Amino acid sequence: MSNPSNLKYTASHEWIKTEADGTITVGITQHAQELLGDMVFVESPAVGRKLKAQEECAVVESVKAASDVYAPVAGVVTAANAELDSAPEKINADPYGAWMFKMKPDNAADVAELLDAAAYQAHVDSEAH
Amino acid sequence: MTTLKQTPLNAAHRAMGAKMVDFGGWDMPIHYGSQLDEHHQVRIDAGMFDVCHMRVVDMRGAGSRDFLRYLLANNVDKLQTAGKALYSCMLRPEGGVIDDLIVYFMTEDWFRIVVNAGTADKDIAWMKEQAQKFNRHLPAGDAAAALSPFGGKLDRGALQSPLPSPPPMGEGIKPITITSRDDLAMVAVQGPSAASKLWQAMPGSQELAESLKPFNAVEMGTMFIARTGYTGEDGFEIMLPKKAAPFFWQALADAGVKPIGLGARDTLRLEAGMNLYGHDMDETISPLEAGLAWTVDLKSERDFIGKAALMAKPATRKLVGLVLQDRGVLRDHQVVHTALGAGEITSGSFSPTLNKSIALARVPAGVQIGDSVQVAIRDKMLTATVVKYPFVRNGKGLI
Repeated sequence: MSNPSNLKYTASHEWIKTEADGTITVGITQHAQELLGDMVFVESPAVGRKLKAQEECAVVESVKAASDVYAPVAGVVTAANAELDSAPEKINADPYGAWMFKMKPDNAADVAELLDAAAYQAHVDSEAH
Repeated sequence: MTTLKQTPLNAAHRAMGAKMVDFGGWDMPIHYGSQLDEHHQVRIDAGMFDVCHMRVVDMRGAGSRDFLRYLLANNVDKLQTAGKALYSCMLRPEGGVIDDLIVYFMTEDWFRIVVNAGTADKDIAWMKEQAQKFNRHLPAGDAAAALSPFGGKLDRGALQSPLPSPPPMGEGIKPITITSRDDLAMVAVQGPSAASKLWQAMPGSQELAESLKPFNAVEMGTMFIARTGYTGEDGFEIMLPKKAAPFFWQALADAGVKPIGLGARDTLRLEAGMNLYGHDMDETISPLEAGLAWTVDLKSERDFIGKAALMAKPATRKLVGLVLQDRGVLRDHQVVHTALGAGEITSGSFSPTLNKSIALARVPAGVQIGDSVQVAIRDKMLTATVVKYPFVRNGKGLI
């Protein structure tokens, strides 16, 4: 599975999709879900919570380990994916479809500065060494 | 850079899509796609495990039984019929656990022992050292004037704690040989369908496999079939020549047995309440504080290495099961807060069969089944309940 080119990425393995209304949808990448293994719990941020860029805001817990998920940019949480409460394995099966939370960014420009697919892949490759 | 050790099934794992990891210096499959699916597969149907990293040790010689009575905490005199197996710890003189193992009585001249991968070299060195001290020609009734048959003196000064004197053996040396069977591979087949799929894969084995009782072993040609396992399900652990392993693995696959990785092996054994060496116990832990009192025979007059230390020191801690009531996963080394003081999780994970997090924990001895405890998980205190284990038997939750 390659990194979809219409998404942005962070070095901490989140993907970001910009929606038509200016909000962003956030999830974790194929690389992240593969490293973590089968998911058993997902803890999403509360709707309305204000986040700083790179703030810990969610947790994905696999049998192997718990991993923090970080806000890609500063903003406010507008939604969390309730499906993941009962079906955390969706993240493994469909990492780019199983979104975790949505945000309204403080500055649209912050999103443009995130990594594109090629830059993210280069980052993943460098982490492997 | 050291290269990882490989089992004869390495190519087969890769061909089956395994995610390979460094497992204590071995290149092993952690899963073949989904550790959770593999776990369920074993509880519902049948799965196969590459356990070639474990070590088979053959002890031969007329003195083997006497030596094992002295070496092991459990009593091999429980083994009177050929093929019968016994789960035991091997203890240090101070009472700590060197390893847990299974010993099979095949003939009075041959006992087979299976030990853990990570401790195998240590175990064999210990066994050989103890056997050398045990192999002595005794004038009848004079155990103290022992000399080894090779002319050396027993160097008691080198010991940390006094070893018990081996019982007088009467006249004549009964030499024991201890051989690491590096020529053997081992495959486990586990699950309610394990028996029927095993004999599909091994033509001619049905009658033999059907009549084999749990915790017994039998030889069939070059295969050694034991009805033992590490999952809590019916199943077999099969030892066979390394060269035969890939063909056997494929035959099992053709019979519909799915490959199962080490990730699922751990969740299966934890649900079954089975100890893992290096986690639930080690050389600093008494078996009495690791839930293994049932494997230690303190009743008979038999003396064995570690007996005096266990008798002298009552256990102040015990191993209990925990079930997490909140969302999250219990993990090794997390601190457990009880009304009687702090304890520690020794093995924690997620139970796919129960869909909850479970753990084994070492806590103060007075803690009771049903008690509520707090576990420090990351930055929170989560509530867990103390339960009796095993957590799952015959595919069904017990808690």
